[in-house]
Amino acid sequence: MMKDNKSVIGVLDLQGGVHEHLDHLDRLGIPYRRVKEKKDFEDLAGLIIPGGESSCLCRLMNIFGIKEVLLANYNRGLKIWGTCAGTVLLAKKVIGEENCLGLMDIEVERNSFGSQLDSFMSDALIKAVDPEPIPLTFIRAPKIIKVGEKVNVLLKIDDYIAAAESEDILVTVFHPELTASLAFHRYFAIKCGLKLAVQKRGYIDPVWENYSWTRMARVA
Amino acid sequence: MSDPAMIAEIKKAVSIPVMAKARIGHFVEAQLLEALRIDYIDESEVLTPADEECHIDKRKFNIPFVCGARNLGEAVRRIAEGAAMIRTKGEAGTGNVVEAVRHMRTMNREIRQLAQMPIEEVTGFAKTNGIPYELALKIKELGRLPVVNFAAGGLATPADAALMMQLGCDGVFVGSGIFKSSNPQLRARAIVKATAYFNDPQKVLEASMGLGDAMPGIEIAQIPPEQILAGRGW
Repeated sequence: MMKDNKSVIGVLDLQGGVHEHLDHLDRLGIPYRRVKEKKDFEDLAGLIIPGGESSCLCRLMNIFGIKEVLLANYNRGLKIWGTCAGTVLLAKKVIGEENCLGLMDIEVERNSFGSQLDSFMSDALIKAVDPEPIPLTFIRAPKIIKVGEKVNVLLKIDDYIAAAESEDILVTVFHPELTASLAFHRYFAIKCGLKLAVQKRGYIDPVWENYSWTRMARVA
Repeated sequence: MSDPAMIAEIKKAVSIPVMAKARIGHFVEAQLLEALRIDYIDESEVLTPADEECHIDKRKFNIPFVCGARNLGEAVRRIAEGAAMIRTKGEAGTGNVVEAVRHMRTMNREIRQLAQMPIEEVTGFAKTNGIPYELALKIKELGRLPVVNFAAGGLATPADAALMMQLGCDGVFVGSGIFKSSNPQLRARAIVKATAYFNDPQKVLEASMGLGDAMPGIEIAQIPPEQILAGRGW
């Protein structure tokens, strides 16, 4: 198998929390790109589907033909990471609804914890991703209820799964891009074939702040 | 605040986030809406203010608030009170985007001034505009508000939505512009498409075709000054 020299990670830019992911990639020194059209998929090593509103993202992907382009690129080897809504879009089964991309053998329940007020922060140790505990942010999050045989569980909490991966896809129901931790972005980049330095300590960026996303959304 | 039974029904009927309005300063309406466990509260000048001196102390609540503003001073005062999101006030219910444009341009002009001035001038700017000093410094450092800023108040067409996005908004709210048009479902879909691809005139153009009539627009100058909604709250 020829080694690809693709090194750009794209973030699907139709709706949702795009700036936050771009900022994390930037902090890791990874070349990034907003993905809105077919041509934006060229030479992409990986695609992040951000958190947002899964029903809206699915509709927009269908209306603008992005779904077909995404599936074609996936079949050519594009790696994908879905956060929160992204997890819902990638799932083969979504309780009570049609699926959207249906690329990953998982079963998901939307809004599993309740509404905005049921959002919460916690942390967990996911050794494969970071030697130190990682902060987790759950916002109107879904739960992964079941995973298929070829899917590896990265984080199980109580009776649900919060992070999982297959050979080509990573899913997290929480939002690493809303925390100071760069660990998951690093983990995904490595999954996409990029080379990144190893750190002995964890991957928390001490200068990240709640409004670091504004760097990517300057107006003035 | 609308009939809470109706809000509860709406929450049951949809799987997407629900936002409801509370009167300016009416912290008990906010408590009730939080108890209903909807997702956000809009402390809105569209409703008759309950308090003409004070807005709600939003930091007391867990639920996020969105507040309207006409200029940077108003926006930052609301953020100081705990608003999680800002929107332009525009002039709701008029189908006339001119006021939303005015408010967005004003806020951005003031942010640019603040971002570029020498730091000694920030004190005077903060005083003149009624902005808490530390927040003025933060906004100067960021070059924008530390929260999202949406367009609202008078948007009626896909082109209006794209206009506000190109002026620098993070998103748009559309109310009467959809529900008072001749085909609300078509128009809502079109505005979402135009917002997603606001920088692509071809896509905004396609979204604008065949929508039927927009809601009738109202000239701002024809509204008696005391009835202008944007004047409520400060």
